[in-house]
Amino acid sequence: MVKNIKLIAVVFLVIVSFFILLKGLNKTNNYSPNLNSSKIDFNFKAKFLYSDEESTLYELINDKDFSIINIWASWCLPCREEHSFLLKLKSLDKLNTIGINYKDNEINAKKFIKELGNPYSKIVVDPSGINSIELGAYGVPETLLVHNKTKTILKKYIGPLDDKKLAELKMIIKNEN
Amino acid sequence: MKIKILVLTIFYLIGSFNLSYATNSEKVDRISKNLRCLICQGQSVYDSQSDFALSMKILIQNKIDEGKNDEQIYNFLKSKYGEWIVYDPEINKNTVLLWVLPLILFAFGSLLIFRKVSIK
Repeated sequence: MVKNIKLIAVVFLVIVSFFILLKGLNKTNNYSPNLNSSKIDFNFKAKFLYSDEESTLYELINDKDFSIINIWASWCLPCREEHSFLLKLKSLDKLNTIGINYKDNEINAKKFIKELGNPYSKIVVDPSGINSIELGAYGVPETLLVHNKTKTILKKYIGPLDDKKLAELKMIIKNEN
Repeated sequence: MKIKILVLTIFYLIGSFNLSYATNSEKVDRISKNLRCLICQGQSVYDSQSDFALSMKILIQNKIDEGKNDEQIYNFLKSKYGEWIVYDPEINKNTVLLWVLPLILFAFGSLLIFRKVSIK
């Protein structure tokens, strides 16, 4: 009897661990951040791409109701893909789009904009990448939707924008009024 | 004599400059060893050469120069990236098992030993 119980226990344990491991195989192990602090300080200074002036991000996100902060670089291939979606966002009149040029060469960055169009109202540069870290970013491309009045992040997308994300962004803006 | 003093002063200045620089970068190393590089799995920020990790090291250096202590830097990064970025997990409802399980196992083990010994 005791032997039987032991056997059953072992078989049970093997089966349970098999299914736990099987489930673990299907789970993507990439870490996705939860926005535990949606309010962020924008008070770091950054230089503009097209002039030598500096500004804090705090000043930049003042006009209009919402801001998109998009982190991009000319060397980043997915940024090229998402560019057309950013251009589409330009038609929304409640939205102000700000670009952060991440660890890029100035000439290449300007070439990129000249080639694909400029969806941004302002572009600031982040040559060392530390401003992006202050924003809690991982890399390029990354897009933040910010509520200008409360200075909170409403949504954060890691990776390039697509049709689905664009529709979601529009929904959030529509519902937030 | 004058030349000797001059040479010594120059060496002293170089030495002290190196020393202050070294202590600062050691501090960066120490902090970055405790940080998980979020985009490169299984590496610390110290080990990684990814863009993210390199920027992170510059940021830590800047924060140290601003006079922030270790605790403040960790808290700053936790507020940006969440608990996951530090290797040292805090006690909360998700990690309570992690902290308590070794204690339970230890108590259980000692109980077993105690019983075996007392039976003899």
